[in-house]
Amino acid sequence: MRIEVDPDVCIGSGMCALTDPDVFDQSEEDGTVVLLDGRPAPDHQERARQAQHLCPSGAIRVMDER
Amino acid sequence: MTETVSTGLPVGRSNPFDPSDELGRLRAQRPLCPMRFPDGHVGWLASSHSLARELLADQRFSNRGELQHSPVAVGGEVMPPREVPRGLFLATDPPDHTRYRRLLTGQFTVRRMNQLTSRIERIVADHLAAMREHGSPADLVPVFARPIPSLVICEMLGVPYAERDTFQRNTAVAMNLEHTVEQMNAAVAEIQTYLRDLVRRKRSQHDDDLLSGLIASSGLDEEELTNVTFLLLVAGHETTANMLGLGTFALLQNPRQLAALRSDPALMDNAVEELLRYLTIVQFGTTRTALQDVEVDGHVIKAGDTVSISLPAANRDPEKFEHPDALDVSRAAAGHVAFGHGIHQCLGQQLARIEMRIGYTGLFREFPDLRLAVPAQDVPLRDQMSIYGVHSLPVEWS
Repeated sequence: MRIEVDPDVCIGSGMCALTDPDVFDQSEEDGTVVLLDGRPAPDHQERARQAQHLCPSGAIRVMDER
Repeated sequence: MTETVSTGLPVGRSNPFDPSDELGRLRAQRPLCPMRFPDGHVGWLASSHSLARELLADQRFSNRGELQHSPVAVGGEVMPPREVPRGLFLATDPPDHTRYRRLLTGQFTVRRMNQLTSRIERIVADHLAAMREHGSPADLVPVFARPIPSLVICEMLGVPYAERDTFQRNTAVAMNLEHTVEQMNAAVAEIQTYLRDLVRRKRSQHDDDLLSGLIASSGLDEEELTNVTFLLLVAGHETTANMLGLGTFALLQNPRQLAALRSDPALMDNAVEELLRYLTIVQFGTTRTALQDVEVDGHVIKAGDTVSISLPAANRDPEKFEHPDALDVSRAAAGHVAFGHGIHQCLGQQLARIEMRIGYTGLFREFPDLRLAVPAQDVPLRDQMSIYGVHSLPVEWS
């Protein structure tokens, strides 16, 4: 799994950091998404998908890869 | 096929916790339904979860205040679309919205809100002690539900708590649909006058709070500072306060759910999400107006059409939530739209979650045999207020 984030689109809701703080964080300055782990381990992948779904502004893209 | 047209937003409730039954019927039959607004505009009513998400995320729909037709009347009068004062960024679109919101999002992150935990625990403990001091029975709203979020947001913004009377009294007027448009506008003006004066006072004080930070470094002028503070103050007061009051009422009326929560405190975060979903206190939902013709669900929403998006109906959609009309603190309620969706999703949602978690936890731990002190049907409901809840909640304990 590979994750991409777009801080320009992000509105700083914090849903990703709430859903998996090991994978997502928020910038101290403006609260926008900071990706901590762009290739999360299997036990974080379901939460990464959940974060993508919960993100209100479509700032998270989760892609499966072989 | 006969054309379904809803006349106005269905608002009547058959019990304290469920939205209008009519919303459920419409959602099942025609989740995007033409609706005649109180001002005569024929727009739309969206009542399903998937449509609420789709519309709220689609930036071809505007949230600019001057483009919205109000789905509810105010004091029997039509609420006209209006110019939005500068800084009231909820009712704006990008890029204005982005510029204002970015000034604030750093202050409401999950981490910043978690850092407030011990302060909120202290505030909750103080109010529970005062409630015990007051003695049984007590009205939970003035002793617990209202002051806790009020104190938290005042401290965070840097609004003196001792001066809360002006804005609490006027907020109550501004949110009550039984008042006239004129009374509502006067109440809003009075809060703005107070806040404008506060901004002036704070300019020379250099305190360590959100408003002082904005004054020092945001570049916002006085009108913008006043209106940004207005928005945060009102949003921070009314919402969590009503979730604490109504949520307690809902748990007391669902003793098996309350027992489950007591026996497993780890369920609390889940229970907070479920209460948000189940109660969805932004009861008249929100609106968006199409900036161009947009095809949605097989219909063309024309440029200029306002869509009333019912958040309570969306959160009771059986396509999204199994047994949606049951309060179930163990369900996966994440993905509800109680805080909205899209770029305007609630800025203070992470604060609200923590306040609810600490508030309910403290209340049911300190008062394990808390119960209603009046029959449930005698609890006065805020069905004419834009934010739903209880006006008062008489409770007793041994």
